Amino acid sequence: MASSKPRKDAWAPWVFTVLIVIVWQAICSGFSVSEFIFPSPAAVVGSLIEFAGPIADHAWQTFWTTVAGFGIGVGVGLILGFIIGSSRFMYNALYPLMIGFNSIPKAAFVPILVVWFGIGTVPAILTAFLISFFPIVVNVATGLATLEPELEDVLRSLGAKRLDVLIKVGLPRSLPYFFASLKVAITLAFVGAVVSETVAANKGIGYLMMSAGSSMRMGLVFAGLIVISAMAMVMYVAFAILERRMTGWATRGMDSKI
Amino acid sequence: MLNTAASSPAPQTRVLVDFDKVDLAYDDTGGNAIEDVSLSIREGEFVAIVGPSGCGKSTFMKLVSGLKPPTRGNVLVDGREVSGPLKIVGMAFQAPTLLPWRTAMDNLMLPLEIVEPYRSTLKQKRGEYEARARSLLKTVGLEGNENKFPWELSGGMQQRASICRALIHEPKLLLLDEPFAALDAFTREELWCVLRDLWTQKRFTVVLVTHDLREAAFLADTVYVMSKRPGRILVRKEIDLPRPRDLDITYEERFTDIVLELREHIGRIRKT
Repeated sequence: MASSKPRKDAWAPWVFTVLIVIVWQAICSGFSVSEFIFPSPAAVVGSLIEFAGPIADHAWQTFWTTVAGFGIGVGVGLILGFIIGSSRFMYNALYPLMIGFNSIPKAAFVPILVVWFGIGTVPAILTAFLISFFPIVVNVATGLATLEPELEDVLRSLGAKRLDVLIKVGLPRSLPYFFASLKVAITLAFVGAVVSETVAANKGIGYLMMSAGSSMRMGLVFAGLIVISAMAMVMYVAFAILERRMTGWATRGMDSKI
Repeated sequence: MLNTAASSPAPQTRVLVDFDKVDLAYDDTGGNAIEDVSLSIREGEFVAIVGPSGCGKSTFMKLVSGLKPPTRGNVLVDGREVSGPLKIVGMAFQAPTLLPWRTAMDNLMLPLEIVEPYRSTLKQKRGEYEARARSLLKTVGLEGNENKFPWELSGGMQQRASICRALIHEPKLLLLDEPFAALDAFTREELWCVLRDLWTQKRFTVVLVTHDLREAAFLADTVYVMSKRPGRILVRKEIDLPRPRDLDITYEERFTDIVLELREHIGRIRKT
């Protein structure tokens, strides 16, 4: 019964997307906007088909650098989140630093990374990592730090060690937070990788858009945008499904049958 | 744990919990949360502590369970000075605090995964312990709900499971911190009887913190009235109503007299 409602609305985003494309096409045709400024959907699709081979090549580069950076982000995020969330002292010591770090625009790191590692894949991976690990840290730490004090009393009165409490209660409890943060982190990782590619790479969707833009092939630039957003959405959905699989109890089993 | 004397209240004379002029200060502010508390609780006794809110009742629990050491005075439990968490204690609170990713059965097993000797024997004796959990759930009327998750249980059922979790490792001392405060009146009275029956059957020692005077009078052998902060014991009142007590007794005059008397003490505290 709970699952029938979302299914009824499942058409809504598709209809809306189609509507936007129609309006977009209408504006471009109606006002005869130059292809060099704002390409119509037809022109974008044309570029997508025409350059399918190179686009796929660059998309693969962006995809794997993103996933690599995201993977490091998950590892580091988990460890840092665990450290910060499991001790009040570390929480107080590291949290302000983390916030300060997170407010630096990650694009500002790219020139530094280029000096250190040269142009190419490594800065893209590292930028994806730098931008994506923060939400994971915050979520894991929050999950661990918001343990009910009563529950901790119950366990500690039985002689439970800190580690017992963390493993039996803290970790499972923070899993929903963790999986929720993965969805956010993967989309951010795409942003990081592409930003780095536009500045310092000779491969990847970011580089493709940059070079297509400089030769005024706007159809190809927009095709690049659409490819990035499609990849990010697919990954988002993948992690959303994983989240539901792993922590169905946290959503009160509403959609656990799907 | 033997059912030696089901009818007469706590015939044993051995003292399980002994407070001798105990103070507990707050963290830094210097004031005392509780002050000059002396009392002793016999093994198998059912004690209720009542008082206005913020009188340090929950602090009292932390002292008994060994979660906090006293600032002054001595706390003896089971003949020994309390110097850390006691494993002979089971606790339940106003919130059921069940783990939402575990079934009722697995929630009950949690203490056994932590406290010795169960912890090291859990692998071999899992079947035996699960049978014990099942029979405990049956006693509180949760038969057939073993594999349900907390969100599938009503508030009253969750609280029953929470009390079972507090009892699964057969503690000598059950500490209850307003366990029925969040329940509706009917469920609350139902759970009074559940607790009464459990206690009659197993004869553990109970310390019940509550601000429901009827609850205290119905369940306890002895009621202590605590003052406002700093919490002191003002009155010790033995409830000499015969056991087993039935809910009907709460409408009799001798019962309402006791409640009124307690009410008067509390009223006097609130005025000062």
